[in-house]
Amino acid sequence: MATRQHSILTIDGVAALLDALRRRGYRVIGPTVRDQAIVYDDITSLADLPRGWTDEQGAGRYRLARRDDDAVFGFAVGPHSWKKFLHSPAQRLWRTERSADGVRIIAEPVSAKPLAFVGVRSCELHAIAIQDRVLLEGAYPDQHYRARREAAFLVAVNCTEPGGTCFCASMNTGPKALGGYDLALTEIAAEGERRFAVDVGSAAGSGLLAELPHRAATPGETAAAEAAIAGATGRMGRAMPDADEVPALLRRNLDHPRWEEVADRCLTCGNCTMVCPTCFCTTVEDVASLDGSASEHVQHWDSCFTMDFSYLHGGSVRASPRSRYRQWMTHKLSTWWDQFGTSGCVGCGRCISWCPVGIDITEEVAAIRGSDSAARGREG
Amino acid sequence: MARVPEAASVPIVARVRARRRETHDTWTLSIEAGEFAFEPGQFNMLYAFGIGEIPVSLSGDPGAPGPLIHTVRAVGSASQAITRLRPGDPIGLRGPFGTAWPVDESTGSDVLVIGGGLGLAPLRPAIYRLLAERDRYGQIAVLYGTRSPADILYRREIERWRRRLDTAVEVTVDHADAGWHGHVGVVTRLIDRAAFDPDHAVALVCGPEIMMRFAANTLQAAAIAPERIYVAMERNMKCAIGQCGHCQFGPTLVCRDGAVMRYDRVRPLLTVREL
Amino acid sequence: MEIRGLDRLICEHPFFAGMSLDYCDLIGGCARNVRFDTGRYLFREGEPANEFFLIRHGRVALELTAPERGSIRFLTLNAGEIAGVSWLVPPYRWLYDAQALELTRAVSIDGACLRQKAEENHDFGYEMMKRFMTMLVQRLHAAQLQILDVYGARA
Repeated sequence: MATRQHSILTIDGVAALLDALRRRGYRVIGPTVRDQAIVYDDITSLADLPRGWTDEQGAGRYRLARRDDDAVFGFAVGPHSWKKFLHSPAQRLWRTERSADGVRIIAEPVSAKPLAFVGVRSCELHAIAIQDRVLLEGAYPDQHYRARREAAFLVAVNCTEPGGTCFCASMNTGPKALGGYDLALTEIAAEGERRFAVDVGSAAGSGLLAELPHRAATPGETAAAEAAIAGATGRMGRAMPDADEVPALLRRNLDHPRWEEVADRCLTCGNCTMVCPTCFCTTVEDVASLDGSASEHVQHWDSCFTMDFSYLHGGSVRASPRSRYRQWMTHKLSTWWDQFGTSGCVGCGRCISWCPVGIDITEEVAAIRGSDSAARGREG
Repeated sequence: MARVPEAASVPIVARVRARRRETHDTWTLSIEAGEFAFEPGQFNMLYAFGIGEIPVSLSGDPGAPGPLIHTVRAVGSASQAITRLRPGDPIGLRGPFGTAWPVDESTGSDVLVIGGGLGLAPLRPAIYRLLAERDRYGQIAVLYGTRSPADILYRREIERWRRRLDTAVEVTVDHADAGWHGHVGVVTRLIDRAAFDPDHAVALVCGPEIMMRFAANTLQAAAIAPERIYVAMERNMKCAIGQCGHCQFGPTLVCRDGAVMRYDRVRPLLTVREL
Repeated sequence: MEIRGLDRLICEHPFFAGMSLDYCDLIGGCARNVRFDTGRYLFREGEPANEFFLIRHGRVALELTAPERGSIRFLTLNAGEIAGVSWLVPPYRWLYDAQALELTRAVSIDGACLRQKAEENHDFGYEMMKRFMTMLVQRLHAAQLQILDVYGARA
């Protein structure tokens, strides 16, 4: 893999990539500046990309800032993730119609317009793969997710500018995209211009690249791309301590006093679940017409931080904030392995940045680890 | 048996054939749903049009063709709407989902069936199958406890089972007046009276979680190994196909890994508060 | 002959399973055979609690009455079980009624007699204590589950 021959796109080549995707019928989605954040939305040209912008992130903190260069992908991740396009925040599952002959249930047809994502980070590729496990690889694949997922074209961007809350390196989910994309770009600066080293990840990617003005990378360009990624590995703002041990650590510390302490700060607002690229939980709502002749059954994103989430005739199983925070964090880092065979956390850091009180999942793990009852018992 | 995914995620329209009142808040519906195979312990999602879906265990005879039987307690808006349906009314239905009681696997063993309250409903298909192939098993005891005589489910059927000489059927209530001549006391007290060989007995337990925990405790005191005890878990459930996240119970998804679970696997989870 | 018969009944009763013959003999010295027809009371609330019963056959209901509710039946006891624990602790008075729901045969054991023997022989007393303690804890656990009223739908 290390010796794979890169191609090089110039900034005009990236513009041609956007055009080529649109010509092929894709709805092209990428990062763009809106409401003082870099979000994912429809993009039509280079001008829509957050060129010259970066993000400054910390616990409970996200700010846009001007870069002193004109990098196109010189930021980490914003509040959005690609899940809002693949695993829709609101998805009608079926409608019902009542008539003289009875009731009909009409399954919602799957959506047809293929999506192209430009600027998918390695952590996000892992997040998409994790949602694939949940939504496609069980006994009952989600047809809506599958249709969008199978049609999607993924242009990854290797991270060269990690954020203050990033910890993908410690989760083995980045910063370099190792698969699961059609094309992967690594942005470098050379001779006063932005250049993009391209890796091909699929036949579709190869076919698209052939249509774009590109040339072979020089050894110097390939080395610069690798160096940019390697540099990112060392500049992560956070690290998950001893990530491989975390599932077992949390399993044996379900009654750790730290849960109570974090619950004192946690507002149970659910922001972390909304910004998390792997959180998949949903609820359903039935909406009936006034005359009762028709209704629809709509699936919405839900959050395990609500009381309703665990409601069981008469009360909520997880009534305390302590238990709801514990549910969220142990699910991400521990029980997800039992349920789906992977971690539920990719180290993107969104939950840290977007927590209104700055709760930091890596800090919570470190605190529990620091007073692990089992470890204390062994040492004592 | 294998159903196409679409039928699992979108209901079919079935029809209510009959509705019978069991207790003051509980009704049993017979639902015509065409050909439908299920295992004892599995459940369906029942859909009240325009109101919502609820998981309800299958309570009929898995070996008999005919309508599906569901016993529903009217506690929420969907269950209230479903218990108000009349013969001929349409109802949405998808399933079956979930794991099964280890009925066939218990061949050669003594079997204790222990139900509490509405927990008898998911056990009834197992009882039907055990009794249909009675000679494959050793001792069989059906132990049922509920709140009061007025809360007893399937009363006539229990009386019919009680007339069998090859099966012990005991009913107890927590509260009674002098008009009740049966047992008074919690269902766990019936375990000591049942005849079984603890080394070769399997216990199928279903009821409120506290009752199952107490029952498992009594069963272990009677020397039945935790891995031969099965319980049926209940959690909030929206999708029944492992994708909504609501039915998480620690490392398990109740819709996919349960509702029937082996007690030794869930024992550490049952004592974690608010899991 | 009659004493030996009672000893055997005592030793065969599940409550005394595994007890040494010597101890069965000791208990036998405080025992007598009793029977109650359907509807008769083994004991009534308020009366002196001088004995307890090893139920051999039949069924016994423990009941209280309340003016607004009539008779409340809170526990039924079957063959193999013990009826009566009030003889163990002061003021040695029955706290509820015990009614035979069907023809009930039992061995009655005199409480004062047994207490006396336990005082004289602490090994015997300890053996009795273990058996009663197990039974009482089981009854306590069952009563706790009962008052939790776990079966109803919660509002």
